[in-house]
Amino acid sequence: MKVSADTFGQDNDLGDDAYKYGFVSDVESELAPKGLSEDTVRFISAKKNEPAWMLDWRLTAYDHWLTMDEPDWQKPKFPPIDYQDAHYYSAPKSMKDGPKSLDEVDPELLAVYEKLGIPLKEQEMLAGVAVDAVFDSVSVATTFRAKLMEAGVIFCPISEAIQDYPDLVRKYLGTVVPYTDNRHATLNSAVFTDGSFVYIPKGVRCPMELSTYFRINEANTGQFERTLIIADDDSYVSYLEGCTAPQRDENQLHAAVVELVLHDNAEIKYSTVQNWYPGDKNGVGGIYNFVTKRAVCRGKNSKVSWTQVETGSAITWKYPSCVLLGEGSVGEFYSIAITNNMQMADTGTKMIHIGKNTTSKIISKGIAAGRSDQTYRGLVRMSPKATGARNYTQCDSLLIGDICGAHTIPYIECKNKSAVVEHEATTSKISEEQLFYLRQRGIPEETAVALIVNGFCRDVLQQLPMEFAVEAQKLVGISLEGSVG
Amino acid sequence: MLEIKGLHVSVDGKEILKGLDLKLGTGEVHAIMGPNGSGKSTLSYVIAGRDGYKVTAGDILFKGNSILDLLPEERAAEGIFLAFQYPVEIPGVANTTFLRESVNAVRRYRGEDELDAMQFIRVLRKKVAELGVSDDLLKRAVNVGFSGGEKKRNEILQMSVLEPALAVLDETDSGLDIDALKIVSDGVNRLRDPQRTTLVITHYQRLLDYIVPDYVHVLANGRIQRTGGKELALELEKNGYAAFTGEAA
Amino acid sequence: MAMPRLPEKQPEMSVTPENTLPFAGNLATAGKDPLGLELDWLQDIRQSGVVRYRDLGLPAINLEDWKYTNLLALGDMDYLTATPDHGDVPVDVVPSIFPTGNNDLPSGARLVFVNGMARADLSTMKDLPAGVTLEPLAQVIDQNPGLLKVHLGQLAIDTDRAMLALNNAAMNSGYVLHVAKGVVMENPIEIIHIGGIAQQPLACFPRNLVIMEENSQADMIVHHVGVGGASYFVNTVNEISLGQAARLRVYNVQDESHQAINITANWANVTRDASYSSFNLSLGARLSRFETYVALNGTGAMCKLDGAYLMRGQGHCDNTLRIDHLKPDTTSSVMFKGVLDDRSRAVFQGKIVVHRDAQRSDGQMHNKTMLLSDKAEIDTKPELEIYADDVKCAHGAASGHVDETALFYMRSRGIPDDLARNLLIQSFLAEVLERVNVDTIGAAMNDKVTHWLPVARGQI
Repeated sequence: MKVSADTFGQDNDLGDDAYKYGFVSDVESELAPKGLSEDTVRFISAKKNEPAWMLDWRLTAYDHWLTMDEPDWQKPKFPPIDYQDAHYYSAPKSMKDGPKSLDEVDPELLAVYEKLGIPLKEQEMLAGVAVDAVFDSVSVATTFRAKLMEAGVIFCPISEAIQDYPDLVRKYLGTVVPYTDNRHATLNSAVFTDGSFVYIPKGVRCPMELSTYFRINEANTGQFERTLIIADDDSYVSYLEGCTAPQRDENQLHAAVVELVLHDNAEIKYSTVQNWYPGDKNGVGGIYNFVTKRAVCRGKNSKVSWTQVETGSAITWKYPSCVLLGEGSVGEFYSIAITNNMQMADTGTKMIHIGKNTTSKIISKGIAAGRSDQTYRGLVRMSPKATGARNYTQCDSLLIGDICGAHTIPYIECKNKSAVVEHEATTSKISEEQLFYLRQRGIPEETAVALIVNGFCRDVLQQLPMEFAVEAQKLVGISLEGSVG
Repeated sequence: MLEIKGLHVSVDGKEILKGLDLKLGTGEVHAIMGPNGSGKSTLSYVIAGRDGYKVTAGDILFKGNSILDLLPEERAAEGIFLAFQYPVEIPGVANTTFLRESVNAVRRYRGEDELDAMQFIRVLRKKVAELGVSDDLLKRAVNVGFSGGEKKRNEILQMSVLEPALAVLDETDSGLDIDALKIVSDGVNRLRDPQRTTLVITHYQRLLDYIVPDYVHVLANGRIQRTGGKELALELEKNGYAAFTGEAA
Repeated sequence: MAMPRLPEKQPEMSVTPENTLPFAGNLATAGKDPLGLELDWLQDIRQSGVVRYRDLGLPAINLEDWKYTNLLALGDMDYLTATPDHGDVPVDVVPSIFPTGNNDLPSGARLVFVNGMARADLSTMKDLPAGVTLEPLAQVIDQNPGLLKVHLGQLAIDTDRAMLALNNAAMNSGYVLHVAKGVVMENPIEIIHIGGIAQQPLACFPRNLVIMEENSQADMIVHHVGVGGASYFVNTVNEISLGQAARLRVYNVQDESHQAINITANWANVTRDASYSSFNLSLGARLSRFETYVALNGTGAMCKLDGAYLMRGQGHCDNTLRIDHLKPDTTSSVMFKGVLDDRSRAVFQGKIVVHRDAQRSDGQMHNKTMLLSDKAEIDTKPELEIYADDVKCAHGAASGHVDETALFYMRSRGIPDDLARNLLIQSFLAEVLERVNVDTIGAAMNDKVTHWLPVARGQI
């Protein structure tokens, strides 16, 4: 059967049912009053019992935010966001006293995570994965902290880090993504509520995978988490984040900031499996996922690797980037973006080569189905001092059906004669021949499509930590359900 | 096993098969020979149920039931296997993964238990050893970067794993040198079985030196023009198809 | 998240005060004796051009399309709009890309402009076949305004483009080439623009029309060359219309003086089974921008846009193109290669848009640049915008330097360093120069490239 708009229409229901994380949990929450003002910023800071320097920084960011225009250069267009029509703080009431250990965490919350497939009881967890669970505006639990501490690794909610490690936070916060960076990042700087903080000391190879699981539950809220990871000399960490949200008719804003700092010979592997609620088949509801993620390879021979599997959100708008300062530093970006129904995505990366002999690699696989529209946008810049720098970029797009769109917008700027930049891009569809071949071997059409798409994405899926690669592979199949008849 | 009655098939509005009749008994090996453009590939695709091949009249019965309403994957599960003239490349999908998906999809359809990874590997290893296919072929992506011979061998491997009731080999000899042809033919012959029917579609007689048919049919102008024993193939080799196409030799 | 240097504001916001607007003074006086004063419809085009240009001003780098080419940085752009008198200066030798001199033209006809003004005395039309007319714009305005009205302003209609608005307002020269149905021209037409022979900086705004009727075929050489020492500004708009199954091949050689600014836009409409190809060799100018907008507007339409840019000094060369696949089974193929030395800079912006109905489109685009100096810069942006699923589209871009291993290999075989470098540059460019498919023109282009090479010029 031809993969076409006609066949797409036949399985309408699948598009909605496929999102199995769409439930709302009945957790009693404490909310900030609706709206955004200086008072909101003070309210959040007070809730977190923050020191004055932190509040000052937030207020400076807020003042700056007021002076900025909304960016409008992105491909996905959407109605103006009413920043006054949301709560900027939402925390389960049970978290008020701040449970000190997992045993004290509200069983209701543990049940929520159980249902999401993220058991927080350490004995039941995936061996070798420590989890920070962020529920709306607060971190509700962080597992394996003690075990990590033995190795000297700090893994805790950023709100606690501000209390417990103020010097480290002050030294690095906002150094990668300054509060002036862009309007969403500036808003985040003013109102961020929680997120993860990681510090890997010199010479330490983090003994387990670190993972943060973000959940938006409350209606009419935005989630503004902030993650800061510092990898000191000769250290290594692999970090994974996952995200889900309930099925709702409204659009909810998720404007996060992630900052990574790498010193000499450090390596960070940062993986994202983004499965925010994508909205229904008519484009009602879903998360606006506007995220600023950036890594600075300060140290020589440091290496950062971003891997993202973006299947959720009504709109995804993010460019996890690498500033390659240190000589010989390496940046990598592996991305799978799948849009179906009315989803839109404008995503890619920036590789800023400043140091000598820096190298970067970009592998982007975009799959557009239904009436969705997606754009790869990327920048590779070779600065005058980036002698011997190299970049290789491969962007492939696959269209499923003839009413979606896939676009590729690479910016390549080279100011060094010894730098080498290579960019290749292709756009194609799943061929009718491939489908027929698989079906002749007895494989049903949807499985065949999932198989072909997984093959198309293979180079990126291979980059994910083992524990998550299988999940991601399934997600690829689920995200495309209903895209063929 | 397979009965085709008065079959008319159009592609893009153009009639290719014009009242084709054919009857294949269980356990028999039939060959269809014909000049280029006579509708040989169309016949194989319409048996397998490819989109765009429109049956305007007639019927195809498989084990006594019409299969015209079945999807390609359902026909495959019923036991129809088509060895492609040009096997398709599927980047990124390992041959083993593909074969296991295929076997288990067919088993599910038949209400049989799926094979787990270990069971499947055991079955596969056995077939691979029988056919003399290299292990390397299993790890690589389906047909990607395969030589012509490797692609055809991969088709035969799939056939031996799926054990179909009806195997249709579409120009399996095209693009093969003599050595590869022998290997592929050996594979086909190994699968000869009183319960299995084989339909060999070819332009040249040489394949039939290796896969000896019980019956030979001549397809030209969208119909079976003549049916005979294996000696008919030799006659065709000698005299060409002119007598059947209405053109001067 | 913000991409650097992307526009924060819409173009409408960038209104420039009139007194700082380049050419504003000229525009005010341009109404005195413009071409075609008697044609109301043409005056309407001029008027709306004036209004639009005053609104838009010179394009600034906050416009996505002008991100890498900064006209405002050129500073004072005080040019006098050229009048017919400015064309009336002595010219000793008419420069041609062909080495054979004036008497033995491989071209079928030659139309020469000096400082933007047509010069009948330097032109020759005797070899034009029946059914082909090539006339200066002024002459067509007088003699055949009906033809003009049908075609002028029909393809170049984007009101957001300041440089088009400026040309609409100020057009003061140009030509019309008309090739009748079924006429196949054997020899190429040569259009030669000579600039820079003047006492003061001049601006010229040519508007050219090329009308290819059904099944006609023609080749054109468009040669811009700077001779005198004066700076000058050229803002050309070409409207190119190809009837069914027509074929046009245009070979542009931009060899302007290093004081010149040349901004040229080509708007081509390619109908069913027609084919449009262009090759753009850029060698000179302080700043050049060559825009090509092709609409593949009929089944089977195709275009082939190629070019080479060789820059040194402070030269800035911008090739910006957009191809719209509007109908099924259309094909586009683009290849640009360049070599940059000293502080020169090149920009390549290419966009292939496959519209919803344009199934089975094939679009290929490649851009490669070799940097010879640490001060040189290449900015490239090859875009795909795809709304149809049954397509084959690909683009590639690369930049690099002279292959040191190959260099060493050649030197170890006794070839001197400078000669080896030249050979490597030539072999780098060969891939694109081979796409010039008229032998005489290909040879002329090769000569130009050889002459440009950094050292040992002309010895290879």
